[in-house]
Amino acid sequence: MTDNIVEIDNLSFGYKGRLLHKGINMSFPRGKIVAIMGGSGSGKTTILRLIGGQLKPVKGEVRVGDKVVHEQGRNDLQKLRRKMGMLFQMGALFTDLSVYENVAFPMREHTSLPETMIRDLVMMKLNAVGLRGARDLMATELSGGMARRVALARAVALDPEIIMYDEPFAGLDPISMGVICNLIRNLNDALGATSLVVTHDVKEAFSFVDYVYFVADGVVAAEGTPAELRESTLPFVHQFVHGEVDGPVPFHYAAPDYRRDMLRGRDV
Amino acid sequence: MSSKAVSKLASALQNFGHRLIDQFWRLGSASRLFGYTLASSGESLRRPFLVIREIYFTGVLSLIIILVSAFFVGMVLALQGYNTLQKYGSSEAIGVLVALSLVRELGPVVTALLFAGRAGTAITAEIGLMKATEQLSAMEMMAVSPIARVIAPRFWGGVISMPLLASLFSMVGILGGYLVAVPLIGVDGGAFWSQMQASVDFREDVMNGFIKSCVFGVACTMIALFEGYDAPPTAEGVSRATTRTVVNSSLAVLGLDFVMTSFMIS
Amino acid sequence: MDRTKIDLWVGIFAAIGVAALLGLAMKVGNLTTSNIGETYTVTAGFQNIGGLKPRSPVKSAGVVVGRIDAIQFDSATYEARVTLKLDKRYLFPKDTFANIYTAGLLGEQYIGLEPGGDEDYLQENDKIMQTQDAVVLEKMISQFLYSKATETKE
Ligand SMILES: Nc1ncnc2c1ncn2[C@@H]1O[C@H](COP(=O)(O)OP(=O)(O)OP(=O)(O)O)[C@@H](O)[C@H]1O
Ligand SMILES: [Mg+2]
Repeated sequence: MTDNIVEIDNLSFGYKGRLLHKGINMSFPRGKIVAIMGGSGSGKTTILRLIGGQLKPVKGEVRVGDKVVHEQGRNDLQKLRRKMGMLFQMGALFTDLSVYENVAFPMREHTSLPETMIRDLVMMKLNAVGLRGARDLMATELSGGMARRVALARAVALDPEIIMYDEPFAGLDPISMGVICNLIRNLNDALGATSLVVTHDVKEAFSFVDYVYFVADGVVAAEGTPAELRESTLPFVHQFVHGEVDGPVPFHYAAPDYRRDMLRGRDV
Repeated sequence: MSSKAVSKLASALQNFGHRLIDQFWRLGSASRLFGYTLASSGESLRRPFLVIREIYFTGVLSLIIILVSAFFVGMVLALQGYNTLQKYGSSEAIGVLVALSLVRELGPVVTALLFAGRAGTAITAEIGLMKATEQLSAMEMMAVSPIARVIAPRFWGGVISMPLLASLFSMVGILGGYLVAVPLIGVDGGAFWSQMQASVDFREDVMNGFIKSCVFGVACTMIALFEGYDAPPTAEGVSRATTRTVVNSSLAVLGLDFVMTSFMIS
Repeated sequence: MDRTKIDLWVGIFAAIGVAALLGLAMKVGNLTTSNIGETYTVTAGFQNIGGLKPRSPVKSAGVVVGRIDAIQFDSATYEARVTLKLDKRYLFPKDTFANIYTAGLLGEQYIGLEPGGDEDYLQENDKIMQTQDAVVLEKMISQFLYSKATETKE
């Protein structure tokens, strides 16, 4: 299918032998905003890294455009990555550069635009995230939420075709959250890009995304448009959408029985 | 021997073997990083400001500690040397003693040790933190190679700074020695310089010292970069890596110094 | 930290660093005295050169007039053949004396040239005929002790 810019096909991956993903299938149609949701530690960030080619799948493949990511050589991978922008979970701003230079970084590295043009572009991107006034601050002088917004401006600096947002809402106040939602939507439509949003925030996400994947236990547990999922009777989805504590989604990392763990100290 | 002791010994041996293999493994990855760094150097040398910036952080910011230490080392050398030489009635040779010890050994070696403590730790901590905060990952995702953009400029910054720092160390040390020997003790100034010039050879002493400092520059900077790049991305990992930078750089400097000296003297 | 300031500091650093290296070469080392410019080569044979080394100075009347270029053992004459490079500006008569001296009691050894009275000057690749060996301290002491011993016997 050609209208899917990113496709994940029967993907398995694990760190150090412990399999994290066990055959995931997802497709991301061009021009849409797709959310990936799942519990903490369910491997959402890892999926983004696999799409970016920073990790190699154990089985299956990720295709971007028509290219299988893990089969690309060094140069082709670089070419592929230039089509992507990624907002990292912790921002990952360059701490030795100012806000302005952080946003200008991809432009300086990949284009030979004149300084005046770079300046205009940086101002535009910073204005979009409401931080034009903070351009001269160092990256270390920002609050967590501000850093996330600058990182967002940096991620879209080169107008990528695929934008990946890892937890764009964490640490934002409700107003900025709304602003960022609109921003993601506007950027997506203005650039004709495709957006992947990893988030926990069901309410916000459902308000603006086109499609949602739920990841649990290493597989896609549910998928659909927000409207479909709201109506879903799957206990798992129901629990997640309504934020209930009791239900099939485990809060705990796989562990032996709690009671036995607690008692073990006394046995010895 | 009880079986407990045997198993203890076995586990100690196993532990030792494991660490040995680990070290070889690390040596291998360090060499690979070195190779990549050299291969990516063209890219970063084409943008001189990247390297200039690193010369500023490693070289210029190390100046104070290097100059002050050099001055004191020179003065102490002159004081100690004078005490001994005077017994043999050749206190004019003090200039020779100060200059030769500095140019041949102390200049390159002490500079490299101070460099490891001042600039090396800073490099390791910076790279380690960049890794821990995903800055290197982010760079990779922007299709920018962290080795070309972050590692290579720092490498060349260190390699260029070290011989300059070592030359300054030797020169300032000799000035310190001069100040103690001539105005303070009263050795003849003319004899101080002329005996020094007669005995210090450009090729054998000055050049060899320079070569040593270049080699130390490569070793210290590369160790600092590797430890940072290889550090586990946690606060503890970075702090351990910083310690390892100082220990490994110092050992490397002293070991290389012995090897090079034995080649240069023969 | 802005760019011009960094450029300035690095410029200063590089300048004083290179100056220090040049200082070591010129003022501390013998780059200035060893490359005297134009030289000519003469040889001299010695029975014993003591601690003479290549690049040791050649002096006349206390002035450095050249350097020792090479020292070889001549298996035909069982002598040490020393090659000297002398400054073209200084000319010496053919019957010049070459002595090995020691600077101070324990200092380094050098060759001292004492000009004779010949009309002709030493040319490229000439050999200095009259030489005097290094004073070997052990030899002197044993001679001294030997003569003392014979004195007391008498
Ligand atoms: N570099 C690594 N080495 C080993 N294990 C890792 C590594 N990175 C992540 N993991 C493990 O992989 C699992 C999934 O990590 P990932 O970061 O993808 O989770 P996530 O879904 O993004 O979680 P969160 O919502 O908390 O960000 C975790 O259990 C984590 O322990
Ligand atoms: Mg994550």
